[in-house]
Amino acid sequence: MRLRRALLGVLSVVLLGAAGFVFFSRQPALPAMQPASAVSFDRALIAKGAELALIGNCNVCHSKQGGAPYAGGRPLKTPFGTIYATNITPDADTGIGAWSETAFLRAMREGVRRDGAHLYPAFPYDHFTKASVGDLRAIYAFLMTREPVRAETPNNELPFPWSQRALIAGWKLLYFKAGELKPDPTLSAELNRGAYLVEGLAHCGACHTPRNHWGAEANDRYLGGGDIDGWHAPALNGASPAPVPWTSEQLFRYLTSGFEPPHGVAAGPMQPVANNLGMVAEQDVKAIAAYIGAMLGPATANRRPAPAAPEARATSRPAGGDVKAANNDGAIIYAGACALCHEPTGQRFSAHGIALTSSKVVAMADARNLSHVILEGIDPPKASPAALMPGFGAAFTDNQVAALMAYLRSTFSDQPAWSGLEETVREARQSAREP
Amino acid sequence: MLTLNINGRPHSVEAEAATPLLYALRDELGLNGAKFGCGLGQCGACTVLLDDRPILSCITPIAVTQGRQITTLEGLGGIDNPGPVQRAFIAEQAAQCGFCIAGMIMRAEGLLRRNAQPSEQEIRTHMRANLCRCGTHMRILAAVRRAAQAVRSARVDAPPTQDARR
Repeated sequence: MRLRRALLGVLSVVLLGAAGFVFFSRQPALPAMQPASAVSFDRALIAKGAELALIGNCNVCHSKQGGAPYAGGRPLKTPFGTIYATNITPDADTGIGAWSETAFLRAMREGVRRDGAHLYPAFPYDHFTKASVGDLRAIYAFLMTREPVRAETPNNELPFPWSQRALIAGWKLLYFKAGELKPDPTLSAELNRGAYLVEGLAHCGACHTPRNHWGAEANDRYLGGGDIDGWHAPALNGASPAPVPWTSEQLFRYLTSGFEPPHGVAAGPMQPVANNLGMVAEQDVKAIAAYIGAMLGPATANRRPAPAAPEARATSRPAGGDVKAANNDGAIIYAGACALCHEPTGQRFSAHGIALTSSKVVAMADARNLSHVILEGIDPPKASPAALMPGFGAAFTDNQVAALMAYLRSTFSDQPAWSGLEETVREARQSAREP
Repeated sequence: MLTLNINGRPHSVEAEAATPLLYALRDELGLNGAKFGCGLGQCGACTVLLDDRPILSCITPIAVTQGRQITTLEGLGGIDNPGPVQRAFIAEQAAQCGFCIAGMIMRAEGLLRRNAQPSEQEIRTHMRANLCRCGTHMRILAAVRRAAQAVRSARVDAPPTQDARR
């Protein structure tokens, strides 16, 4: 396995390197400019850019926890190493203050830095290239009128050969196709708008499409489920793990409010996305929901029916004589910690948890999301004033979380048991933020 | 019969394994420092420490506390000998009705045990899980800052260790 990986690595260097140098190892540098003054942009254009930047989730990657918006510094962990999102405020030295509109458009549409170096595709220009020039100009106007923040972007932590940007030229030859997305005349205006946003600025596939060995989205499994920040981004096509099929109307409410019963809450890396979409024009989110709804397919054909409503479970059971077993008994932990909010027969209150039979994180093949939710809890979506699910990372040991997860899986889904749960929980705890 | 290690002492309880820790503390052991607020893990009035980290005792079954150390408000000190965090809350007069304060003190204690030099942002993020309906947040935050100061200077004033004297 190690040898195979090593050989793949060597092969990659030779192939990508050769291809890269044949193509262009570097593009010409574009001249620096004086920072654009805010008055030189039309107010309406800035407002349009603000909405498009929210749809594009620029703030999610280009802001670090506790840092200024758009000032960068957020680490993005990839299988190749850690890449830091850059400062895209108009600071002349550390941001994009010296970038002309031409330089900005080239970065968005071709993945090239102002100085001519290739950008890593962690910056999803494979999607942004599909946006119209008019939309990209609006985003430029919005970004250049933000408060300039002086913030040096940390150096990427990429081992050789991935530290060599010339390789990206080869990558682009293989996997990058520049060009705006043209409407499909056979589709409705709404679906065309949805396709334009989902495949372009919103770059849903960057997380929800699996990636190949070279970090490119596997187009034959478009929206088939991917990875982000130690979470699984579930499939948004026919392979969706949702036990209750989504409708476009439910998707719209989920994407704008961050919560839609019976499916649950936008958690983890999806939460800031829903926060953003709650602030943009409704018709754009409706278009996104319609397009994703069409990708998911009709609710009936070869989709799993929702499991029958569960029987009422005993919400407490005696420990018996075996204290050791009680310590790691998923049923007992469920009864004492989860049932009060999640039992359909239990107490009702405003922030009642969803029935776990309709939970996608219990039903999906990947166990990481459920372990994150149990350990870290779920913050309330921005639109909701209520507190939400507390995290149990301090209360439960890894073994206890694993025991609880095994119990939830066998009780609330018709899916096969997960394996290696202790390891999954241990890794989720390492990548979890502090409560 | 389960045994709970509370404030350094073992206590036997009759409660079932799924019983929330808060009920065992209050109803069986008479340790009334932790308060019943919402009973749903939403308000933080029931906060205690489990292995030095704050947990919501109203939604923590006693089964998971086996073999681990529980610290309640009573473990930090009493009326005659309040601990540094308790003294800071008194000095800042952080309590209005006082119902949330036991949980606030335990949440702050959990922070200072791991980090005696928290930034303002760290304090606010950490204390976010606990609610106060009277609105004394500014005094509570002042108390946490004062407590951090007290914990730090207590370490400075503490008798030097063997290594430091050398």
